[in-house]
Amino acid sequence: MAEQQNTRTIDKVNASLKRRYATERRFKTLGLGAVVLGLLFVSMLFVDILSKGYSAFVQTHIQLEVYFDPEILDPEGTRDMEAIARADFRQLVREPLRQIFPEVTSRRDKRALYKILSTGAPFQLIEMVRANPDLIGTRMTIDLIADDDIDMLVKGHIDRNAPADQRRVNDTVIGWIDRLDEQGLVATKFNTGFFINGDSREPELAGIGGAVAGSFYTLLVTLALSFPIGVAAAIYLEEFAPKNRWTDLIEVNINNLAAVPSIVFGLLGLAMFINLFGLPRSAPLVGGLVLTLMTLPTIIIASRAALKSVPPSIREAALGVGASRMQTVFHHVVPLAMPGMLTGTIIGMAQALGETAPLLMIGMVAFIVDIPGGPMDPSSVLPVQVYLWADSPERAFVERTSAAIIVLLSFLIAMNTFAVIMRRRFERRW
Amino acid sequence: MLKKTLVFAALSAAIVSSTAHAAAARDYISIVGSSTVYPFATVVAEQFGRTTKFKTPKVESTGSGGGLKLFCSGVGVEHPDITNASRRIKPSEQEKCAANGISDIIEVKVGYDGIVMGQAKITPKLNLTRKDIFLALAKQVPGKDGKLIANPNKTWKQVNAALPDVKIEVLGPPPTSGTRDAFVELAMEGGAKKFADLKALRGSKDAAEIKKLMAKLGIPESAFNKKGKKVFQAVAHGVREDGHYVEAGENDNLIVQKLEANPNAVGIFGFSFLDQNADKIHGAKVDGQDPTFDAISDGSYPVSRALYFYAKKAHVGAVPGIAEYLAEFTSEKAFGEEGYLTEKGLIPMSEAERGQFRYDAKALNPMGKL
Repeated sequence: MAEQQNTRTIDKVNASLKRRYATERRFKTLGLGAVVLGLLFVSMLFVDILSKGYSAFVQTHIQLEVYFDPEILDPEGTRDMEAIARADFRQLVREPLRQIFPEVTSRRDKRALYKILSTGAPFQLIEMVRANPDLIGTRMTIDLIADDDIDMLVKGHIDRNAPADQRRVNDTVIGWIDRLDEQGLVATKFNTGFFINGDSREPELAGIGGAVAGSFYTLLVTLALSFPIGVAAAIYLEEFAPKNRWTDLIEVNINNLAAVPSIVFGLLGLAMFINLFGLPRSAPLVGGLVLTLMTLPTIIIASRAALKSVPPSIREAALGVGASRMQTVFHHVVPLAMPGMLTGTIIGMAQALGETAPLLMIGMVAFIVDIPGGPMDPSSVLPVQVYLWADSPERAFVERTSAAIIVLLSFLIAMNTFAVIMRRRFERRW
Repeated sequence: MLKKTLVFAALSAAIVSSTAHAAAARDYISIVGSSTVYPFATVVAEQFGRTTKFKTPKVESTGSGGGLKLFCSGVGVEHPDITNASRRIKPSEQEKCAANGISDIIEVKVGYDGIVMGQAKITPKLNLTRKDIFLALAKQVPGKDGKLIANPNKTWKQVNAALPDVKIEVLGPPPTSGTRDAFVELAMEGGAKKFADLKALRGSKDAAEIKKLMAKLGIPESAFNKKGKKVFQAVAHGVREDGHYVEAGENDNLIVQKLEANPNAVGIFGFSFLDQNADKIHGAKVDGQDPTFDAISDGSYPVSRALYFYAKKAHVGAVPGIAEYLAEFTSEKAFGEEGYLTEKGLIPMSEAERGQFRYDAKALNPMGKL
């Protein structure tokens, strides 16, 4: 007993100090390890996507001198665009190939030769003639899009040293491409088509233009609905609503909704907006409505937190000088809470941009070539495009999938950075 | 801020109200249905959009059943115009369509899709029957006393004494794949039907009889269904999971590569991959038939199925371009012998059949009652 009384607290502390420091060090190391591991995975993801995807931003073209033969295009000289568009433009792109390779005569070889150009090459010429009918009768050197297999060969995704029966391009075709290359006719150019074209089954023609437009309209609808509704709900609940059982119930439900899997919102959208209201399938409008349901809880919760963080002294001061409750809220509280609300909204939007599951149910996972011109036109969205391409058998879609992911990620990073900057800049601390 | 919020509110109100009349017209064709037909339908849709003045049709991949459900839900622009199917429409579906006012359906057979049991070229061809395939790959097979037992067969010789003494090793698609669905339906079911009890179970709709057959086969009562066919399918569609059937992913190219590395293995994939890789692999005979272009297109190769699409006659004229789309799909340059669809792996029908479907599609002749 006497001995125990002699041990002072400081001795106890000193005795355990080493152990306590060790625990702290372990915890720190574990935490650091977790962060490093996370960063490692993220950087692996980025390196993988970037290394696979960067080559999709350039596209192989073959420079050929095309003669816009009036005999083929407009034999009657009417300059009627309808009739010209029906002309056999394939002949125009085949003719220069025949001239460069006069020794190719058998029908099979000719077919192989013509296939080094994309099936989209004649459409390039149609578009040119449509834009400028005076081209008919002239000669012009044009960069024609090469077929996806040729593109893969030029980019080095097809191993030339592999046995001939194990690659998609045979020796004859490689010989042709090498000959064209020696004459300086094979060019890789920036792939503008990737950004402006709609979807296509030919990888060399497929682009994310349609998906980007679809994502834009979908997010526009989402923003236009979820921001005012979310903010209004938050202001009412936080500033005006009485605190009773009903508002508690509402609050619990909003928090629950934030945790509902997104596919459920898709089913709800299918049942409500399409089956009941008769809105069209695959439209960004319906997609936007569904994503509104999904993002509303996020926005309401963030907005309420922002309103809560405005100190009561502001409200009391406003009320004290005779402002009405409405004036207090809209003149003083809401402007101060706005940065937080906007941050919440942007994060909700970024979430909506990356969402695919609910869109499956409402028909936005579809092959759509035409670029949507408004929220009522059928369209897909960026993540859906990634999903559809990842499923395609053609090898050239691998790099396009990664490139589409790069575009999607840059949008997401831009949005999140914007949210961070907004918060830094406008947030006030009391 | 209040002003901004009001602007947003007005904008959203405008968008919502604009939908009421926008749904009244649609100027593009809406296509839904089978994921097996999807790669062909999208190619036709793209060609159609590029070469005509009409908009490119929208093609959704919903599966055959899901597509027909949407298709049969009614007449009007909010419902799809065309549905693709990797099987024929069922009488029940046709009745459902008729109940919803869709009486005139134009049926177009697109072509065939063959499923091949491929082997490396250096390996001698197996000569299989569908019964052999069932005995080699089913999870449960009838044992000596007629009761179902876990598949004991380890080599092809155990399945059929005429086959070589080589370990059963089959690389095939996972259950999510349409090829797998067709394979179990055509090859495995076809083999299971060769057993009298299973065949009786399949045809039975009488609860007492089903229960009796189930007891005879040793199927637990929990698997009971008032349609004997469902119980039968549960048995016939069960693929063994003890390593003799290897799920090799959806990518058929990968299976082809694995066959080269392992000459004893057999791979299951679509005919187009055999066609593209004819220098490296060949297909096993099934019921004495080689999987050739001709045998598949005349139906004598048993593991092949026809692909279809269905169009609503009532929509022709209401939605622009349907008749023209039918014409494009049934043109020689699309589904003909050397059409662009054969390059994507479609097996064309005989010339007479093509002519018949082209004629019906052009005249918009609706199909008869099944």
